[in-house]
Amino acid sequence: MPAVSKGDGMRGLAVFISDIRNCKSKEAEIKRINKELANIRSKFKGDKALDGYSKKKYVCKLLFIFLLGHDIDFGHMEAVNLLSSNKYTEKQIGYLFISVLVNSNSELIRLINNAIKNDLSSRNPTFMCLALHCIANVGSREMAEAFASEIPRILVAGDTMDSVKQSAALCLLRLYKTSPDLVLMGEWTSRVVHLLNDQHMGVVTAAISLITCLSQKNPDEFKTCVSLAVSRLSRIVSSASTDLQDYTYYFVPAPWLSCKLLRLLQCYPPPEDGAVKGRLVECLETILNKAQEPPKSKKVQHSNAKNAILFEAISLIIHYDSEPNLLVRACNQLGQFLQHRETNLRYLALESMCTLASSEFSHEAVKTHIETVINALKTERDVSVRQRAADLLYAMCDRSNAKQIVAEMLSYLETADYSIREEMVLKVAILAEKYAVDYSWYVDTILNLIRIAGDYVSEEVWYRVIQIVINRDDVQGYAAKTVFEALQAPACHENMVKVGGYILGEFGNLIAGDPRSSPLVQFNLLHSKFHLCSVPTRALLLSAYIKFINLFPETKATIQEVLRCDSQIRNSDVELQQRAVEYLKLSSIASTDVLATVLEEMPPFPERESSILAKLKKKKGPGAVSVTELDDGKREAGELNGGGDRGPDTAAMAASNASTPSPSADLLGIRSAAPVGAAQTNAGSLLVDVFSDSGPAAPSAAVNDDGFLSSAPPSEDPAPPLSEADELLNKFVCKNNGVLFENQLLQIGIKSEYRQNLGRMYLFYGNKTSVQFASFTTTVSCPGELHKPVEPLVEGGAQIQQVLNIECITDFSDAPLLNIKFSRYGGALQNLTLKLPVTINKFFQPTEMSSSDFFQRWKQLSQPQQEAQKIFKANHSMDTEVLKAKLLGLGTALLDNIDPNPENYVCAGVIQTKSQQIGCLLRLEPNAQAQMYRLTLRCSKDTVSKRLCELLAQQF
Amino acid sequence: MQFMLLFSRQGKLRLQKWYVPLSDKEKKKITRELVQTVLARKPKMCSFLEWRDLKIVYKRYASLYFCCAIEDQDNELITLEIIHRYVELLDKYFGSVCELDIIFNFEKAYFILDEFLLGGEAQETSKKNVLKAIEQADLLQEVRYTPNHSHV
Repeated sequence: MPAVSKGDGMRGLAVFISDIRNCKSKEAEIKRINKELANIRSKFKGDKALDGYSKKKYVCKLLFIFLLGHDIDFGHMEAVNLLSSNKYTEKQIGYLFISVLVNSNSELIRLINNAIKNDLSSRNPTFMCLALHCIANVGSREMAEAFASEIPRILVAGDTMDSVKQSAALCLLRLYKTSPDLVLMGEWTSRVVHLLNDQHMGVVTAAISLITCLSQKNPDEFKTCVSLAVSRLSRIVSSASTDLQDYTYYFVPAPWLSCKLLRLLQCYPPPEDGAVKGRLVECLETILNKAQEPPKSKKVQHSNAKNAILFEAISLIIHYDSEPNLLVRACNQLGQFLQHRETNLRYLALESMCTLASSEFSHEAVKTHIETVINALKTERDVSVRQRAADLLYAMCDRSNAKQIVAEMLSYLETADYSIREEMVLKVAILAEKYAVDYSWYVDTILNLIRIAGDYVSEEVWYRVIQIVINRDDVQGYAAKTVFEALQAPACHENMVKVGGYILGEFGNLIAGDPRSSPLVQFNLLHSKFHLCSVPTRALLLSAYIKFINLFPETKATIQEVLRCDSQIRNSDVELQQRAVEYLKLSSIASTDVLATVLEEMPPFPERESSILAKLKKKKGPGAVSVTELDDGKREAGELNGGGDRGPDTAAMAASNASTPSPSADLLGIRSAAPVGAAQTNAGSLLVDVFSDSGPAAPSAAVNDDGFLSSAPPSEDPAPPLSEADELLNKFVCKNNGVLFENQLLQIGIKSEYRQNLGRMYLFYGNKTSVQFASFTTTVSCPGELHKPVEPLVEGGAQIQQVLNIECITDFSDAPLLNIKFSRYGGALQNLTLKLPVTINKFFQPTEMSSSDFFQRWKQLSQPQQEAQKIFKANHSMDTEVLKAKLLGLGTALLDNIDPNPENYVCAGVIQTKSQQIGCLLRLEPNAQAQMYRLTLRCSKDTVSKRLCELLAQQF
Repeated sequence: MQFMLLFSRQGKLRLQKWYVPLSDKEKKKITRELVQTVLARKPKMCSFLEWRDLKIVYKRYASLYFCCAIEDQDNELITLEIIHRYVELLDKYFGSVCELDIIFNFEKAYFILDEFLLGGEAQETSKKNVLKAIEQADLLQEVRYTPNHSHV
């Protein structure tokens, strides 16, 4: 096809492009462009009216200049003029310019929308498509406002041409993504779903993307699409490669449509109808079978298209997670790919296996490939593939192979790329802790980690090892010995010095009997590193020294001398100087008894989530880790309940129970409690302070426990909600995960996620005692009928995880109640009622908008009852980042550059309930001097304004 | 799909299509970063990489790199074939396409892409149908246009 000569050559444009290409330097290019811009400007401004062709040519030149990366500040008007030309190419160039260079100039938007409106009603399919493409390319809110109601009509009208339908479907999808509140399918829903049955494959291909997106947000309304999708898929899968004519791609029938169908099915649980399910399973089996057939072509396009479908089918199988047979087949298929010569397939197989590893049905099957994966980690030449292999090893790790996997990861770390070292370190640290059976192995692993990759060992990692050593007295002697040996290396990492200083300061006495590690030897070893260390490490060492004075009175004189020397007592660093002065004084005036009390051994830390895990999550985003975690909960549920001592299991559970999304969380993830007994060590708290800036001590466990035991009536009736239930609820307004409740017996962790008007909440019940809880039952109830959790899969007894599916029917103020009953062996029935942290703001959908939009809407919501306002005193930090994090946690979009006062915050969002959508605007005005806030809410529904105002006033 | 970029081995951007709203500044930053990342990769490496919270799928055809950013749940292999189908369309339209065709007829490259992908999703995967649409448009202009302008 001699296409180039076929177009309407714009000679001037071609010459200009040639000129630009011939420019020898950036300066020459800019000069040529400026000349052209001046020329175009004068043409546009000239008296002579330009003909359509010239206008088109100049607009096209401007576009070219813009695409080269230069700014264009004129020509928009001329482009808009082209839109109403009746010459196709002029119109087309006009639309292209508008699509690429949208300008929020409201005057222009009106003109553009007018031109689009004309083309949409022209009944000329080519013009209609151009207009739809433009809307889809720009996808602005203004366009959604103008056309969101018109396009569904075009999409389902009987006389619309197929090509127009295709454009209309995807155009609507784009508008739905930018402004879901404006695209209301309502009466069109069923006709849109039935596009899956359309004769024209192109129409189905386009429409299914729209249907998938709508299904994700409104699964119930679109659920009839499941059976339609299954039958369409079945027809494609069973068709011969020639049946579908031009929709067959390198002998693969309709690969794009097949992938999209399989993707749509992933929005739903397995079909309930037996026949539909049977048909679908058949399709999936056929797809797996086809993977074993010899290829119909040697072209890579053939195998890519075929495998694209296969991987999508495997994703669906994993999504269902209910067909052990298919899961294992999928795993075997991926196993073959692990050794494929195509790098792409190896990469994808490793990635896909990661999710298979977290299914209880295929976890064992995945484990059989461990050697191949280890080999990939060692030999793959592409770092992104090695990264996948490391991820998979992490995912397939369990108690049976932890030692092997950790060893391999450690040895890989020695040569690993810098870009992934930190993440690898975190993973090794987590696995070592989670699967440690004997803690000497754990200590060895972490010290190795510091030795091999000290620079990449974050604070969280070395804090954690100290925390664990302090909590487990069976490993303290070993830790002291190992760290002492590690410190003997001539060059050792500063992190090693920190761990060494801390551990010898606490437990040096356990190895002091050996003359090779006598107190003075230990001290001299530590002090030999002192001068090479940074200030924080030196501060830590000074604390270790004063601990030495208590542990080993014979070192007192030596250490006092060190403290007394000018480089300490007159150090220019205030912190170091203060420590030296205070320690010196303390050691010389305090009696042995006082010294022993002040410098007593650190008390155990309360068990809680490993902050390392939180850090990894932060690095990786919510996806990667959480899947495995949830599943760990499931797999190890048996061991967890009443499982004797507080061994690694409890630690693992604590780790999987909760997470600390708050960026302000302190080093150890201290959320609810400062180290127990921190008060005793107050005077000598310098060792505590490395760990945290200990916030206020948390709700004291004892008080909690009493309240809950005594408030439990002897009857079987659910107890009234705890007095602090509201306070607990408030903790979760701006976050979704954390510990909901804790006393001496029980810890309840929560993880939750929300989408549109739906939510899912995972509750983790942890038995903190060593005995079994019998007849453990939980019940969820809603005050009123406003808010009804569907299918509460409540299980008790041996189960520790519970999933609640939540649907927001309409707006509400009262949270659902959670009642928990259980009896302890030999104890009374425990009866406890809490409020589930489900608040109206969880169903927020953030809305981005411009300043003018915001104020327009603000004005629209001006009825007095739509507004709620509160002025209140700051209860928490007024730090900008903290406030921002909270407002984002609230679920709204935090809008920048809206409020004329940059100190203020404005947010916008839409609350999605089943019955309606409620637009909400928020303005928070902090007054740092007065430590006060003014909070104003305007919502389309008055009860919502009020409720949000109440909730939020507690947060800041 | 969130965006598609075409750039040369020298790192010159030849086509950019954005399916999500971003500021010009952000677009330039992303382009710079990705061009650099992709050009630094060796020929035998895999065609996929993680980048920010997106997946990048790219493939080189002669002197041009085609690079797509897709979301987490999107399918890498089918995206690779989206690229290939687009290349086939360009090839068929221009007749053995080369980088120069795309430079001098950039507007055509955009029009073809719009017929094939819309809003980041495949609109029409049949090669015949896409080319038919473009040909019809070309015919429209010949009929309506007086041929007093010479062709390239």
